[in-house]
Amino acid sequence: MRDILDELDRWKDSGKRVALARVVDIEGSGPREAGAAMAVNEDGEVVGSVSGGCVEGAVVSEALAILSGEAASRVVTFGYSDDEAFAVGLTCGGIIHLFIQPLDW
Amino acid sequence: MSVYTSLATRIRKNLPVALATIIEGPHTGACMIVRPHDDKETPFAVEGSLGHPELDRVVARDAVGELEAGRTGVRHYGPEGQSTPEDLVDTATVKVFIESFSPPPRMWIFGAVDFTAALARVAKVLGYHVTVCDAREIFATRRRFPMADDVIVTWPAPMFTEHGSLLGPRDAVCILTHDPKFDVPAIIGALNTSVGYIGVMGSRKTHAKRLERLAEGGVTDTADLERLMSPIGLDLGSRTPEETAISICAEIIARRTGRVAQSLRSTNGPIH
Repeated sequence: MRDILDELDRWKDSGKRVALARVVDIEGSGPREAGAAMAVNEDGEVVGSVSGGCVEGAVVSEALAILSGEAASRVVTFGYSDDEAFAVGLTCGGIIHLFIQPLDW
Repeated sequence: MSVYTSLATRIRKNLPVALATIIEGPHTGACMIVRPHDDKETPFAVEGSLGHPELDRVVARDAVGELEAGRTGVRHYGPEGQSTPEDLVDTATVKVFIESFSPPPRMWIFGAVDFTAALARVAKVLGYHVTVCDAREIFATRRRFPMADDVIVTWPAPMFTEHGSLLGPRDAVCILTHDPKFDVPAIIGALNTSVGYIGVMGSRKTHAKRLERLAEGGVTDTADLERLMSPIGLDLGSRTPEETAISICAEIIARRTGRVAQSLRSTNGPIH
């Protein structure tokens, strides 16, 4: 999260609503470690990353759904071998679990 | 002050802090930050709450341990802080993500030479807090090392006496001086700390001569000599200061992960 603090502060100062997605767990090979973070503001602007670019698009839709109240804070899972997983796969073949929540300034 | 503001402030000041968030269970999304204290009576302070005082206490206690180890991960509890397997049998599970924000690792570079500037640049890319140290005032200047966090004009012995206790297993000392009156005391100083990596620059011939001088200085313990990475760096065939810096930093990573550095296509184990 250290790497996205400056942008988060700018969004906070301009009164934006923001959802934060963090890698909480990785099974097998994953491109980023637990704690890797990206944030999405209400205008759909993005900062940071949680994978090598494989799942960021899906995270944006999930984050916007949480900001609009259609979805609650929750763990979402991306990966090939999980039946429950999203349609988006990771090129490395691992599984990542992300927690997405609205950021309470 | 909000949890976010408080967290961001501590991260920016490089002060240790952990963020605990309920990611599954009652109060999903609730979060708390944990600040460790040196005080044994009250070893931590918290801001925010996970919804139950006992859960807060147990998670805070665990967060202090995670922070010391620099670990980030998910832990399981009962809604009232139950943490032993027996206690968890018939209760709902609360999954708590504990994220550690430890201060950046330190790299001390002895010797204000061209290799130092390149190494300081690469170490900054890797997130180190970089300190350049040399006793020669005209070389150890901020102008020559604008990328370093600190440039200190002093001899190695006082540097280690005054600040050596800051160094730990995540940190690195790189001795690039080539000058026995500087590198012998720097090595002795580094060996007296728990620093994780000690690299010393010099040819194989220089290394052999240095070992003689170290023996004269009383450093003969095999376990001590084993800690010295000398000649410094991986065998990449590096020539320029920048290439050498990459070879030193690559060696630091490989020592931490315990890997024999080879091309991935020559190996078949897990990549990460």
